[in-house]
Amino acid sequence: MADTFERVKKIVVDRLDVEESKVTMEASFKEDLEADSLDVVELVMELEDEFDTEISDEEAEKIATVGDAVNYINSTL
Amino acid sequence: MNLSLEGRTYVVMGVANKRSIAWGISQALHDAGARLIFTYASERFEKPVKDLATTLDRQDSLFYECDVTDDAAINATFDQIQQDVGTIHGLAHCIAFAKREELNGEFVNTSRDGFLLSQNISAYSLVAVARAAQPLMTEGGGIVTLTYLGGERVVQNYNVMGVAKASLDASMRYLANDLGKHGIRVNAISAGPIRTVSAKGVGDFNTILKKIEEESPLRKTVSQEEVGDTAYYLLSDLSRAVTGEIIHVDSGYNILGL
Repeated sequence: MADTFERVKKIVVDRLDVEESKVTMEASFKEDLEADSLDVVELVMELEDEFDTEISDEEAEKIATVGDAVNYINSTL
Repeated sequence: MNLSLEGRTYVVMGVANKRSIAWGISQALHDAGARLIFTYASERFEKPVKDLATTLDRQDSLFYECDVTDDAAINATFDQIQQDVGTIHGLAHCIAFAKREELNGEFVNTSRDGFLLSQNISAYSLVAVARAAQPLMTEGGGIVTLTYLGGERVVQNYNVMGVAKASLDASMRYLANDLGKHGIRVNAISAGPIRTVSAKGVGDFNTILKKIEEESPLRKTVSQEEVGDTAYYLLSDLSRAVTGEIIHVDSGYNILGL
């Protein structure tokens, strides 16, 4: 579980160019991490590559926070 | 035949990130010896393009902002390019946009606003850019744009973008006829679906990719590099007698009937 968070965090830090400390489970991509809609699509694609999984459009739309992403990925592993 | 693009300069419009088809084209041109000029739509894309370009061997690329919805901005960009480098030998137009909510469901629900927006950015931009680039192409050369099968046939969810691609295809042919007398060739590449950020905006994209893998004659999806190599052909002298053409780089998917 912690491992998933660390991997997601690394991608978020790389992609969004944000401080590691801001990437918490509760952090909202759009509000707290200032991601625009294109950033979110890029993040979803990076996560698909990293975890070798497919995130459907419906699932992707539900991902608002870092925690949502981590939980979704854990549910597919 | 000299296949090197050494000593030549090409403008690539529309690199958004490492997955962009425009980036695949950039790499192919770069590897063939070309100098690259990148244009980006807004400040949002400046850093990503510049970061990507640092990975190239050649570090003499130039970067310009160019909002293709604004004729004055297009003219200003190409005037600046002319001042900075003089002649260009070709251009890759890799630009399209549609409202995401209209890339899903039924085409019949397309709004007037969304229809015109996609025409403006995805099709008219080629016309405006070709007009601005022509005076810089003093030695002739090639212009390449990216189209898709959805402009020739119905592709689920592609909707308003398909109509924009049909318009782009026709514009490409008329431009080819007008610019031929200047030694400028205009062609389009119809790439099979590739996992780019733009493609992700099309509803149920992962299903489309699977279909290509299972059914196309070559039984595989295509890569940015493969499209890049065809762009290299269309922007080099190898294709010197080819203009007004759509080349399908799609593992042969477009030839299939039922």
